Amino acid sequence: MGEVMVHLQGVRKSFGDNEVLRGVDLEVRAGEVVVVLGPSGSGKSTLLRTINHLEKVDAGLVSVDGELIGYRRRGDRLHELREREVLRQRTHIGFVFQNFNLFPHLTVLENVVEAPVSAQRRPLDQARERARALLARVGLSEKESAYPRHLSGGQQQRVAIARALALDPKVLLFDEPTSALDPELVGEVLDVIKDLARSGTTMVVVTHEVGFAREVADTVVFLDGGVVVEQGPPSRVLDDPQHPRTRAFLSKVL
Amino acid sequence: MSVSAQPRLHAPEDPPVLKVVPARHPWRWVGIVAVLVLAAQFVNGLVTNPGWDWATFARFITAESVLRAVLVTLELTLYGTAIGFALGIVLALMRLSRSRFLAAVSWTYTWAFRSIPLIVQLLFWFNISYLYQELRLGIPFGPTFVGFDTKDLISPMGAAVLGLALHQAAYAAEIVRSGIISVDHGQLEAAAALGVPRARQFRRIILPQAMRSILPNATNEVISLFKGTSVVSVVAIGELFYQVQVIYGRNARVVALLMVATAWYIALTTLLSIAQHYVEKHYAKGATRDREGWKWAR
Repeated sequence: MGEVMVHLQGVRKSFGDNEVLRGVDLEVRAGEVVVVLGPSGSGKSTLLRTINHLEKVDAGLVSVDGELIGYRRRGDRLHELREREVLRQRTHIGFVFQNFNLFPHLTVLENVVEAPVSAQRRPLDQARERARALLARVGLSEKESAYPRHLSGGQQQRVAIARALALDPKVLLFDEPTSALDPELVGEVLDVIKDLARSGTTMVVVTHEVGFAREVADTVVFLDGGVVVEQGPPSRVLDDPQHPRTRAFLSKVL
Repeated sequence: MSVSAQPRLHAPEDPPVLKVVPARHPWRWVGIVAVLVLAAQFVNGLVTNPGWDWATFARFITAESVLRAVLVTLELTLYGTAIGFALGIVLALMRLSRSRFLAAVSWTYTWAFRSIPLIVQLLFWFNISYLYQELRLGIPFGPTFVGFDTKDLISPMGAAVLGLALHQAAYAAEIVRSGIISVDHGQLEAAAALGVPRARQFRRIILPQAMRSILPNATNEVISLFKGTSVVSVVAIGELFYQVQVIYGRNARVVALLMVATAWYIALTTLLSIAQHYVEKHYAKGATRDREGWKWAR
């Protein structure tokens, strides 16, 4: 496995007087698949959203591929980046939402093409060609001119994955990608993510699917109360958890 | 069908075919007749009552002075709408911006211009040259570089457009803002997560979705402004209502000339309503799961 791609050091985040992240350290190496598990309210989604600066951290450092996210360091000072620079950083970080958040007034193809054209200034025909290849990869070639509301939840999420991939991100973040889906649609989305994992995409996946974690994760991170309680390969964290809170969580979901 | 004395558990024949008698609605018929009678009486009155004076109506409906006045009315509506909504969008964005200062400025503007009756505002702009005879460009509280006579700068037409546009902007701001906040927050997050530039987030992602709830309200405002231009007759601008007043002042055919104005207002409002239909249809793309019909998405 490669060099460190995502690095979190002592990340803290509060909403009002509710401290959701209490000093999280995390390392994701290039090509690694990290699955974050934890009870609801443990700060999993917030953690993920700090990586692309959708949430501004209160303390700590986040960097992707060696580049500090949201700040520029000069000596011992952090200068907040302007929005334009943050937006540029985000083009290297793909994000897939629980509720897909496809743009409902744009066709599937327009959804996938939007960011490469507007954020990366790629020529439209080149972006379209790439978008079609990605839609083929997630098995939705014939849906390119459909509107999102004409698709099933599983199909919408696959479009959302293609949309995130269209920027050729260095890392792909998944925020509970199957939680809004009917049970019979979960499989098709997980298959796409598994396929990406096999092809060496660096990913951080927040999920409740323990079976998926066991099958795909290189590293499982168990988060509870805003701190990393336990982490390691799935064989260790899932089959031989050391911490009582990990054991309590797994006994409930397995 | 025969009625059998013995109920059978297993009917050998198909279930009986029963005729459905639709429910009767006698009061609907009473209502329809009443409305038809009233409508017939009204039409009869229009035709037989000489007071309507259709000959005068016909003479003035396309008279050159009336057509010119219609043009002025349309001009006032166009400028009022264009400037009003342009300013309204800016005000809405200020109100929703992260800057507390800009939000406060926008709020104050809306508060002020919604509080002042349009007619009062119009009279104020019309009389602005009494208050400030000269407009000077220079360093505040310091020397002046150029000065303009306010009377030359703001014509009566200019004052009317200014008044209508500033008034319209306050209402447009709230309509645009209501449209923007009706768009799911996840849309903005998704656009931001993809790194889409901020102006493009608004223009390409948020605004087209906001348009669906902006349009019906905005059309209301345009129509209300269109008819509201009649208020500027108080500052003696030759728009439609002022013009018919001038004409019936001369010939005393009040009803016929009011009907001339009414007919033009109705005709042009109808055009606006038809335009609304098509613009809404455009922005309904992808809004429903039903591919063919956007009917319920109206």
